[in-house]
Amino acid sequence: MPLDQSFTGRTYPPTEPYQVGREKIREFATAIGAEDALYHDVEAAQKAGYRDVVAPPTFPIILSFAAMEQIVTDPELGMDYTRVVHGDQRFSYRRPIVAGDELVVVSSIDDITHRGGHDFLTTRAELATPAGEPVVTVVCKLVVRGHGE
Amino acid sequence: MSEMAYEKGQQLPLQTFRVTRADLVRYAGASGDFNPIHWSERTAVGVGLPGVIAHGMYTMALAGRAVTGWVGSADAVLDIGVRFTRPVPVPDTDEGTEVEFTAVIKSVSEDDLVTFDLTATCAGEKVLAQARVVVKQI
Repeated sequence: MPLDQSFTGRTYPPTEPYQVGREKIREFATAIGAEDALYHDVEAAQKAGYRDVVAPPTFPIILSFAAMEQIVTDPELGMDYTRVVHGDQRFSYRRPIVAGDELVVVSSIDDITHRGGHDFLTTRAELATPAGEPVVTVVCKLVVRGHGE
Repeated sequence: MSEMAYEKGQQLPLQTFRVTRADLVRYAGASGDFNPIHWSERTAVGVGLPGVIAHGMYTMALAGRAVTGWVGSADAVLDIGVRFTRPVPVPDTDEGTEVEFTAVIKSVSEDDLVTFDLTATCAGEKVLAQARVVVKQI
């Protein structure tokens, strides 16, 4: 059954603040093979004007992926996650993420379309500080493959 | 860095990244994405894939590395977006596979925003489309 298009525009409650850890940034940077000093070396980051080490561009997927649970497990929406394929992904920054940041995620459904037997779902995660300073917008497009293939 | 003086149409040199199963396991742990199609051959084949494939987000992270590598600045990326068009199969060998990146400068704005159009290929096939990264030229 196609996804209910009336879910377009739905916004989910904010997540608990996520503490961006220095070691988590280093772990993520190491996992993607990025050896840049800004991701690992506090002194180098501070010399570049940051409070602490800087996160690589795709780091926020950790938060947005976890927050998207709210959408993919929403029983009312009823997505079959075993049929989900990652379509598009985008990160739009206001400023880099730095160790020590606290970030709250608000997830929304921006669009649901159905064509060619498949559902196309566009989700948006707004990452902001608890005080409301916007930091990065994460847009993820998912394809839910239909059963008619 | 003042070496950044990009012009529209400029081609960026090829960068190649090796991807092995061990990289995928490490990425799964670091990112929290434990979908078994990225580490279990049995599961991957069971859902119709040729075998274990890289996380799309791993390929995208490599795209970020390619751009920060060209630019010479790890914090330059303001916007990065991709479409995943083909999986990156990663065989269970020491060599794994390779993903290659090139780019062309699509535009340079008046306020020094440089837009890169990336091409990412694995075994000669394009694995990303509409791969676009905006950096601030300093």
